[in-house]
Amino acid sequence: MTALRWLIGKDLRILRRSPVLATLLILYPAVVAVLIGLALSRSPGKPLVAFLNEIPPSAATITLGKTVIHTTTYERQLFQAIDPVVVHSRAQALADVRDGTTLAALIIPANLPRRLATADESAYVQVIYNGSAINQSLVQTALESKLAAANAELASQLQRVADGYIDLLLSGGRLGFLGLSIDVLGLKASAQILRAVLATLPAHSSLRARLGPVASFAQIAVNNLASSKAVVGAVAAPIVARSTFVNGAKTPLDLYAVAVAVAVSLMFVGLLLASGMLALEREENTFARLRRGLVAPSALLGAKALLAAACAFCVGFAMLAGISAFVPLDWGRVGLWLLAIAGGALGFAALGVALGALVRDVRAASLLALLVSLPLVFLALVPSGAVAAGLYDVIRVISAVFPFKPAFEAIDAAVNRSSPGIWESLGHLALLIVAFGGLARAGLRA
Amino acid sequence: MTALSARSLSKRFGERVALSEVSFELEAGEVLAVIGPNGAGKTTLLTLLAGAAEPSGGSVALAEGGRIGWVPQQTAVYSKLSVAENLRLFARLERVGDVDAAVAAMLEQTGLVDRAAEQLGRLSGGNRQRVNIAVGLLARPAVALLDEPSASLDPRQRERLWSFIGAQAQAGTGIVFATHDIAEAERHAGSVLVLADGELLYSGPTEGLRQAGPGEGDLETAFVEFLRERGH
Repeated sequence: MTALRWLIGKDLRILRRSPVLATLLILYPAVVAVLIGLALSRSPGKPLVAFLNEIPPSAATITLGKTVIHTTTYERQLFQAIDPVVVHSRAQALADVRDGTTLAALIIPANLPRRLATADESAYVQVIYNGSAINQSLVQTALESKLAAANAELASQLQRVADGYIDLLLSGGRLGFLGLSIDVLGLKASAQILRAVLATLPAHSSLRARLGPVASFAQIAVNNLASSKAVVGAVAAPIVARSTFVNGAKTPLDLYAVAVAVAVSLMFVGLLLASGMLALEREENTFARLRRGLVAPSALLGAKALLAAACAFCVGFAMLAGISAFVPLDWGRVGLWLLAIAGGALGFAALGVALGALVRDVRAASLLALLVSLPLVFLALVPSGAVAAGLYDVIRVISAVFPFKPAFEAIDAAVNRSSPGIWESLGHLALLIVAFGGLARAGLRA
Repeated sequence: MTALSARSLSKRFGERVALSEVSFELEAGEVLAVIGPNGAGKTTLLTLLAGAAEPSGGSVALAEGGRIGWVPQQTAVYSKLSVAENLRLFARLERVGDVDAAVAAMLEQTGLVDRAAEQLGRLSGGNRQRVNIAVGLLARPAVALLDEPSASLDPRQRERLWSFIGAQAQAGTGIVFATHDIAEAERHAGSVLVLADGELLYSGPTEGLRQAGPGEGDLETAFVEFLRERGH
């Protein structure tokens, strides 16, 4: 233990005298935490979009039966998603997009109310992009949800109008048309009248034979038209997505991003420090001096792994604490955060010393650590169903033998109560720590 | 009194034999030079004696209670630590009783008092080698193993080094040093080991090597002839 203490003290002194590395270790969590916090706590700015409304004010309302729809309502809805620059001609809209004044142009054609009212042609709004895929994606993302909301509201209004007409056909009532008010009998009353007339006719009356099918048709129409409202509603909202979560809860995207960011930071600090500090012993030729009985191999590995894990732990916790200033995290679970971060940090440090034992200089150790770790992050985050089942099984096995996935799952469970639980992930990490410790011992003997 | 004895020391790296069945004894206060051409096995022998590598065969025995000090060919110290911090760290790892006294004495003996606070990375190659030697001899070992200790030193530093090593030997420390410089071996060593291709060709007094050669001349000429006669 004494040798381990002196070695850790020596490595801390070396770290302190490596200003770039020490600065990175201190600034890294602060900068990353602030960036992630800002990214998650603030919605992206609205894209600047040239806006041209070609509908003349006199035609800005659509009358469907008794319902009056104001197109300006939907205009305002779209403005929630974009920062509009009002222009007065298509040429101006195009010029703004072309010279980059705006990311896109949104044009509401003059025929939109007529198309909506008559429904004999599709109503549309026109969006003009400048060709940049990123700009297009940004504007599309902003507009699509608002267009969908507007569509849903329009569809709902249209359905209400259709429902009114169906009720009128079924039950009768008054219909306003070209300033006139017309009484409509309705199918139910028609059927009743027909049945009453049929009851008064003699059994062999030729009129009874001719009216009978009409009365039957009226009854069939009444029975079936009543169910047509549901059909109209289904067309207005063709597919409804109902979300079900296997674990009973889902991790909100921003908290998931927090867990990923902390796990990635733990990985970089733990891996790079552990592998680099062990490789430094070989690079400085001091490893041979130490191994001749001055320090036991397990103490040497322990010193490197503990120091790297301690630094990674501090970075991980500082990041979570920093991010909590922007994103609401449950501080009541801080004990679990600490456990998860400690387990992850030790897992990465164990992998770091295993890698450091294989190489003879710090640069090679750093390169190896990066080469090993980055693909594993991507693999560990591949969701099931994104790739073929067989390939996903292979990815699962690869992810299981490196500490990123269990570390991420432990942090996710600690921060977000996700599944699998933290204890399962910590157990997984403990197995990996033992395995990588053994590999590091073997690597030192080589 | 025998300070160290090696029995049939061998080392293989795969198929290659780096050292084969080397045996010798070192008395307390004796200065022994290990000489031989490049790749003869000099560094391998010192590494095995120091315990920095496991022998493939044979054994090394040290007088009871004795320690071995090792000065490897390449400086093995931390470049981000100062001279004093390096000495202090290794004194602690060597479990030296009075760390501060040992460090102060070694700084004094190696003439590094003025450079004690400087980081190793900022020192010249010669001064780094002096620290390397100081670290190796810090624990007052019974046997000191030095691998080409004067290689990167200037003549003044070299003189100071040999004077320091001579004082250590007079105090009873057995010294084994590997060198390419035959004149240095003749000047400072009482006996020599001649290695070639991992084999021990000669073990005995320096003067004996001259006589084992075919003709008259200096020790270097005799050494080259000695090797040539044996097919090296």
